[in-house]
Amino acid sequence: MLNYLLQRVATIVPTLFFVSILIFGLQQLLPGDPALILAGEDSDPTVIAHLRTTLHLDEPLPLRYLYWAGGVLKGDLGESQRIKKPVLSLILEKLPVTVELACLAIVIALAIGIPAGVISAVAKGSAWDYAANVFALWGLSTPNFWLGIMLILLFSVTLGWLPASGYVSPFEDLRANLAAMIMPAFVLGNAIAAVLMRHTRSAMLQVLSSDYVRTARAKGLDEHVVVIKHALRNALIPIITLGALELGTLLSGAVLTEQVFTIPGFGKLIVDAVFNRDYAVVQGVVMFTASTYILLNLLADLGYFLVNPRLRG
Amino acid sequence: MAAIAADLPVYRELTPGQRVLRRLLRRRAAMLGLCVVTGFIALAALAPWIAPYDPLQTSWSAIRKAPTAAHWFGTDEIGRDVLSRVVWGARASLLAGLVSVCISLALGVPIGLLAGYVGRGTDALISRITDAMLACPFLILAIALAAFLGPSLTNAMIAIGISATPVFIRLTRAQVLAVKVEDYVEAARAVGNSHLRIALRHVLPNVIPPLIVQATLAIAAAVIAEASLSFLGLGQQPPAPSWGSMLNTAKNYIDNAPWMAVWPGLSIFFLVLSFNLLGDGLRDALDPRHI
Repeated sequence: MLNYLLQRVATIVPTLFFVSILIFGLQQLLPGDPALILAGEDSDPTVIAHLRTTLHLDEPLPLRYLYWAGGVLKGDLGESQRIKKPVLSLILEKLPVTVELACLAIVIALAIGIPAGVISAVAKGSAWDYAANVFALWGLSTPNFWLGIMLILLFSVTLGWLPASGYVSPFEDLRANLAAMIMPAFVLGNAIAAVLMRHTRSAMLQVLSSDYVRTARAKGLDEHVVVIKHALRNALIPIITLGALELGTLLSGAVLTEQVFTIPGFGKLIVDAVFNRDYAVVQGVVMFTASTYILLNLLADLGYFLVNPRLRG
Repeated sequence: MAAIAADLPVYRELTPGQRVLRRLLRRRAAMLGLCVVTGFIALAALAPWIAPYDPLQTSWSAIRKAPTAAHWFGTDEIGRDVLSRVVWGARASLLAGLVSVCISLALGVPIGLLAGYVGRGTDALISRITDAMLACPFLILAIALAAFLGPSLTNAMIAIGISATPVFIRLTRAQVLAVKVEDYVEAARAVGNSHLRIALRHVLPNVIPPLIVQATLAIAAAVIAEASLSFLGLGQQPPAPSWGSMLNTAKNYIDNAPWMAVWPGLSIFFLVLSFNLLGDGLRDALDPRHI
């Protein structure tokens, strides 16, 4: 077991190395002199010269990468050119909002996706199966920013039930926080629910045709017990791993959802940075996102390993 | 005996391609998807003749007018005809979908073929780079690339194409690994064919079917990605029509001009849904074991 853990952890080192090269390489895509672009065309020559020194722009490329990667390893993702604050502290400041949004979205995705997948598999070929498949196709084909706008139109503009935008901290007013977050969380969870539904249906169909489920039925167990206790418990194992791959969708979706609902989170940070040409923030956010994604996938793999007795044996 | 044989109907054996086509034609959902996609392609190609107005023509007397007989989908915040902009916007979406997937195929297939066929160090290096690209969420990588390249439809297509490439590298590599141990590849090697010829003439044609399925589904993802980048202001630049940028403007007028948001959103939804239906149908037709 320890060997597996060490091997799995070791695989993330080269991946992180190549991620860092990729993200550092983004800066090379900037047309022209990076110092001039970062400082702005009308900047003082001394500011440009200062930037050139601090960013080591006069050094050869491999050396610049080493300076940058060394900083990243120490938690220094650079400094925002506009706000003049360390990028990491900006990310950590915005992160709780996005984490709350992501957690609510996951809860909604699980609450819709898994029951829909189970019902679809148990009642294969029925109207329920058809409806669940239509729901999955709808979820996969709807652009979440458009769904957000349509929900604002219905629940905020027409019915006046929920606020159209903004954010209230749960520590200030939990009720107002949930009212502000329920629509964005649904928008974000919708597409993931569709993917989870498809994974659950496929895993359940496989498990329901296995020998031990047939044995459980032959023993005369109640169908609910067979489906939930025997089939779903085993079908959940691949769902954990496949579901973890959707974390990327969650992070990408958060960028758009936060933009539609004006939520001051991590996603809005990257979009604002793009328009303010705050490239250090863009690089920092991508590096942070990729590292988080890699770590969460590692945790999901370890979770898969722990819940699957055949791998532990 | 010969007379009996002559009376029997002759059954012509179908080629694999014909069998796939027959299975695809039987799938009503896939056929519906194909029809809608064809409809959108026709709309995009014939936009100058179909669109009732110039998509850039403003009219200060027709600002944010609800749908009428003169303007079926209403008008926008500077009096432009929404229907004409939706029709012209189909061009940007389809172009982005097709071009970015072509970029992904042009990069991903040769690199995946190289990794799978050559193996060892080359494979390990390519696989690690692919893992690194896959670790960056698709849209976030596309946003970062579009930000550094500069906002435009061309750069958005390049960004989406590059971001979607690792999926094609991985798929091609996996297929090549399965195909290269087949007897016919061994036979091609035994008769003295060069590696390049084996890879291109014997291996590549046999990895194409799953790539077609993936490409169809990737077009759907690319259409959404282009709309997302345009919605964020990183794709098609105003005043040129694009469904994503139309939605970006529409969200500011949702309380008094909801039609501005409804039609471009529905267009994205139907185009993406159709590509998804077609992709699912192709997958089922190419792999009948798929549930």
